[in-house]
Amino acid sequence: MRLRLLAWRLGFGLAVLVLWEAAAGRVIDPFWFSSPLRIARHLIEWVREGTLFGHLLVTLRETFLGFVLGSVAGIAVGVALSRLEFVARVLDPFIVAANGIPRVALAPLFIIWFGIGELSKIVLASTLTFFLTFYGTFSGLRAVEPAYQEIARVMGASERQIFFKVSLPAAAPWIVSALKVGVPFSLIGAIIGEFMAASRGLGYMIQFSTNQFDTTAAVSGILVLMVCVMLFNGVLNRLERYVLRWRPRERTASARELQ
Amino acid sequence: MTMLSLSDVSRDFITRGKTIQAMAGVSLDVSAGEFLTVVGPSGCGKSTLLNIVCGLLAPSRGSVLYKGARLTGVNTEIGYVTQADNLYPWRTLRENVEFPLEIRGVARGERRARAAALIERVGLAGFEDHYPYELSGGMRQRANIIRTLVYDPEVILMDEPFGPLDAQTRLLLQDQLLKLWDGARKTIVFITHDLGEAVALADRVVVMTARPGTVRRICPVPLERPRDVFHLHDDERFRQTYDTLWDDLEAEVRRAPA
Repeated sequence: MRLRLLAWRLGFGLAVLVLWEAAAGRVIDPFWFSSPLRIARHLIEWVREGTLFGHLLVTLRETFLGFVLGSVAGIAVGVALSRLEFVARVLDPFIVAANGIPRVALAPLFIIWFGIGELSKIVLASTLTFFLTFYGTFSGLRAVEPAYQEIARVMGASERQIFFKVSLPAAAPWIVSALKVGVPFSLIGAIIGEFMAASRGLGYMIQFSTNQFDTTAAVSGILVLMVCVMLFNGVLNRLERYVLRWRPRERTASARELQ
Repeated sequence: MTMLSLSDVSRDFITRGKTIQAMAGVSLDVSAGEFLTVVGPSGCGKSTLLNIVCGLLAPSRGSVLYKGARLTGVNTEIGYVTQADNLYPWRTLRENVEFPLEIRGVARGERRARAAALIERVGLAGFEDHYPYELSGGMRQRANIIRTLVYDPEVILMDEPFGPLDAQTRLLLQDQLLKLWDGARKTIVFITHDLGEAVALADRVVVMTARPGTVRRICPVPLERPRDVFHLHDDERFRQTYDTLWDDLEAEVRRAPA
């Protein structure tokens, strides 16, 4: 079953590439849409020159640091507000408003504040993951079955023990799924930042190539991003399956998704 | 020795702006080592009674004494087996049973040994590393009970622990519970909606009235121990006790809104 699935997927992917290649130069103009062979040659070139690796590294570093910064802050604030009921209610409209700001609108400001280097991208990426993990943590902790906590209290658990041994693991599915969504969002943040103003990074390369009407380079960059996101997803799904191994398989988010 | 003493305990709840009296003037003494069962129509405040006894809920009026001392806050010397099993889904069976010991800082080796002994006794050996979703309802309820027994509380409250189980499993678990209790002779307050179960297990049966719940009758069960729960129903004294109590219970069940 798994093999058959894999074979069909490979077949579909190949079919798309073959059709594209065949259509390029006949039905569609490769000047606008490039073609698989042109892209492959370009990627090989990039790897040989060493440009790809350098730019990729910058983007991945921004994504990673933005993700860590945003999710650590998000979890911390989520934990804090889940315990401070009144403060949470006071802040609620402000949080909703802040989260409602389209991040693209913030990008130019961040570049003014934090420069055109990596810092502005890291901050932008972190604002995306922050709200995701904040809401995940906050809602997860709010949704903990009260009986779980009461039973621990009767057994003699301290508030600290209840938090670490009951509430946090009970909220884990929420937090984990927020973290999972946070990774691609963090990448989006980094790329948007690079589009605005940057001198390095994959987003910068894609932007630069598009400005030169070099569609082959632009699509190559996009393909590299796609592969990165797929790799992240694979790793995150595995991680999720391990952390949430106590849940019946059909209930974990990863099982519902296409594998 | 009197372990628990409730005098004139009442509890009100406010829902939709209206005050509803769940329990009114319950007075009850439970002695050390006694197995007390409580039956009553649904909604008569049986669970409220247990929540008050262990201190999760404060009484609106009246007082609860534990070994003669007035109760303030949660009483951690009392074990509470809730109606839903409330096993932690992220912990394996063994880790669930060890949980109270972990909380109390018992060393790992001793934790293992104490949990293993109880797991073995209730026939769950071989399932130690299973997560709750991988266990049947009966297994989960057994785990729930030994999770409370493992830290040796002096008093154990049980809220319809066998409620959702099928008839055969119930009998098996009643038998196991009596055997466990015979070994340790803890004080048990056991709530059930099944009068047969109440009589089979108890030293004394308390019949509660419809809401607001109060004590209608307390009746000793004249059956020697150890008991054979599988054949008790043939016993004349069992039937007599059952019939007497049923008259009281039926009257209350008819009064309660269905």
